[in-house]
Amino acid sequence: MPRIQPPAVLFALTGLAGLALPLVQLRPNRIVPGEGIALAGLPGGAAITIVMAVVLLAACLPRWTADLRLGVAIAGLLAVLLLLGMAATHLQQSGNALARVSPAVGFWLLLLAFGLMAADAVGRLRLSLTWRWAMLAGAVGIAAAILVSGILDGVSVMREYASRSDLFAREARAHLTLALGSLGLALLAGIPLGIAVYQSPRWRGPVLSVLNIVQTVPSLALFGIMIPVLGWVAATVPGAGAAGVSGIGAFPALTALFLYALLPVVSNTLAGLTGVPVAIRDAAVGLGMTRAQVLGQVLMPLALPVLLAAVRIVMVQNIGLAVIAGLIGGGGFGTFVFQGLNQTAMDLVLLGALPTVALALVAGIALDLLVQGTRRPAP
Amino acid sequence: MTGRWMMAIAGMVLAAFLVAPDRFAPLFQPLTRNGAPAIYQQTSILSLTLSHLGIVTVAVLASTVAGLVLAILVTRRSGREFLPLARTVTAVGQTLPPVAVLALAVPVMGFGTGPTLVALFLYGMLPVFENALAGLTGQSPQVAEAARGMGLTPVQRLWQIDLPLALPLLLAGMRLTAVISLGTATIGSTVAARTLGEVIIAGLLSANTAFVVQGGLVVGILAVLIHHGFQALERRARLRTGLD
Repeated sequence: MPRIQPPAVLFALTGLAGLALPLVQLRPNRIVPGEGIALAGLPGGAAITIVMAVVLLAACLPRWTADLRLGVAIAGLLAVLLLLGMAATHLQQSGNALARVSPAVGFWLLLLAFGLMAADAVGRLRLSLTWRWAMLAGAVGIAAAILVSGILDGVSVMREYASRSDLFAREARAHLTLALGSLGLALLAGIPLGIAVYQSPRWRGPVLSVLNIVQTVPSLALFGIMIPVLGWVAATVPGAGAAGVSGIGAFPALTALFLYALLPVVSNTLAGLTGVPVAIRDAAVGLGMTRAQVLGQVLMPLALPVLLAAVRIVMVQNIGLAVIAGLIGGGGFGTFVFQGLNQTAMDLVLLGALPTVALALVAGIALDLLVQGTRRPAP
Repeated sequence: MTGRWMMAIAGMVLAAFLVAPDRFAPLFQPLTRNGAPAIYQQTSILSLTLSHLGIVTVAVLASTVAGLVLAILVTRRSGREFLPLARTVTAVGQTLPPVAVLALAVPVMGFGTGPTLVALFLYGMLPVFENALAGLTGQSPQVAEAARGMGLTPVQRLWQIDLPLALPLLLAGMRLTAVISLGTATIGSTVAARTLGEVIIAGLLSANTAFVVQGGLVVGILAVLIHHGFQALERRARLRTGLD
C-alpha cells in the first residue's frame, strides 16, 4: 500500500524550518550578539535552498527505499557542513578580521533533519554488525577529514581552536585520562568486589546500597567534597602525598569518577555471575574443576557480555562527568566549557562541549557494537 | 526498616539545617580558614533549596508529561511508523552528557533559569520515555487478549489496563530523571540559575571547604531522599498491580 512516510514528513518539516531560519550568525567580535543570515541570503544560496527543499520533500515519497534515504541523508549532512564552512569563509572575506561566523538555529535544524533521516534509515536497514562497524569508522573518518581539510576553519569554533590548539591537545589528553583512568581503576577494584559479594551473599545488600548512595550524590557535590577529603588524607596519612594523593589538580576528579564507576561495575559483575545457569556451574564442578577454575574458565567468560555492558555505561557516563573536572581545576574539555561560560564566549563553550558530545557518542556506539558482538551465539 | 529510619533522620537533620543554618556553624567552623564565615550568607540556603527544588519539579513534571504522551503516541497504530526512530533517538540522546546539553543550551537561550530548565526537560524526557515505552509494550499477550475479550475500547484499555500496568516502570523513569535533574541543576548555577550549586561554587572559588561541604550535603541528602521516596512509590504501585 503506497502512502507517504510519516517520519519523512517530520524530517522534511524540520529541514524546511532550518532552511527558512538563519544558517549562520555574523558578529562583529567574539562576545557581542550579531545578525542571523539565512542560506538564501548568501550568494548562490537561493538555488541551493530550492534544491534542498525539493530533496527533503521528495524523500517523503513512498517509493524511496531505505538505502536511498540513507544516501540522501549522508549527502545532506555533508552538504550542510560544507555550506557552513563556505558561508564562514565568504562572510569573513568581506568583513573585519575580528568578525565571527558561528552556526545558528538553521544549521542545527538542518543537521538534525538529515541526522534523523540517517538514523531512521539505518534502523530500517537492519545492517549486519560488520557493516555497522564500517559505517561508524567511515563517519569518524569523514568527520576527521573535514576537520583536517580546513573547510571549516572560518567557523568561530575552529578559530577558537586555532588560537589554542596546543592547549586543546593537552585538555583532550587530560579528559581521556580522567575517563579511561577512572574506568580502569573501577574495573581493577570493582570486579574483585563483585566476585566477593557473589561468593558471600551476606555482603550484597550493604555493599550495593552504599554504592547506590554514592551514585545518587550529585556530581558537583562529590567532586567538591573530594577536594578537602583528599587534601586531608594527603596531609595526615604518611606516604599518601608521596603516592600521588592530592587535594588539587586531577586527583579529586579521578577519585570522584572512580566512585561513580564502581556501582555499574560491581552490580554488573554480580548480575553476570548470577545469570550463569546453575546447571553449567554444577557441570564444571562435576568435571573436577577447582573453585578458581570454575570462576576463571567458566563463570567469568559467560559473564563477559554483562560486564562489557557495564564498561559501556561507565565509559559514556565518565566522558560526560569528566566535564565537571574543569570546574575544580582537574583539566579536560570542561576547562573550555566553564571558561567560555565565565567570559560569555559561546564559541569557547562549544569548543569544550562538542568534542565531549562526539566522544561520548562514538564511545557509546562502539561499545554497543562490541557488546552485541560478544552476545552472538558461538558457532 | 533501618533504611526508613535513616531516611527519616536524614530528612529531619536537613530540615533543621535549612530552618536555622546558623545553629550548625560550630560544626562547619573547623572546615574554614582565616576566619572565613562557616555558613553561606550571600543568599539564604533555604531559598536556594526551594528554588533548586522548584526548577527540578517543573522540569521533571514537564518531561514526564511529554515523555508519556510521546510513548503513548508511538505505541498507537497511527504512530507505529515512528517507533524505530524514537528508540534510536532515545538511545543516542542518552549518551549525550547532561552537562554538555546544558552548555549547548546556553548559546541558543542565553543565561539564567531558562536554559537550565530546557536542558533538564529535554534530557529528562529520555528516561521517562524509555521506561514508559517498556511499560506500554512489555505486557503479556494474555493481558491484551483479556482486554479485547472484555470488549474494552482502545481508550478504555489505555486508561484501565495499559497505564496502570506501566505505572511502576514510569515511576522508575521519573526517579532517574529526578536524580539526574537534581545533579545537573547544581551545575546550572554556572549559567546563572538560582540553585544550591551557588553555595558549592562559592566555596570552590574562595577555597572555603565549609561551603562546599554544606552545599554538597544538602543536595546529596535531597537526592537520596528523592531516590528512596520514588522507590517506595514504585513498590506500592507494583503491589497494586499484583506484579509482586
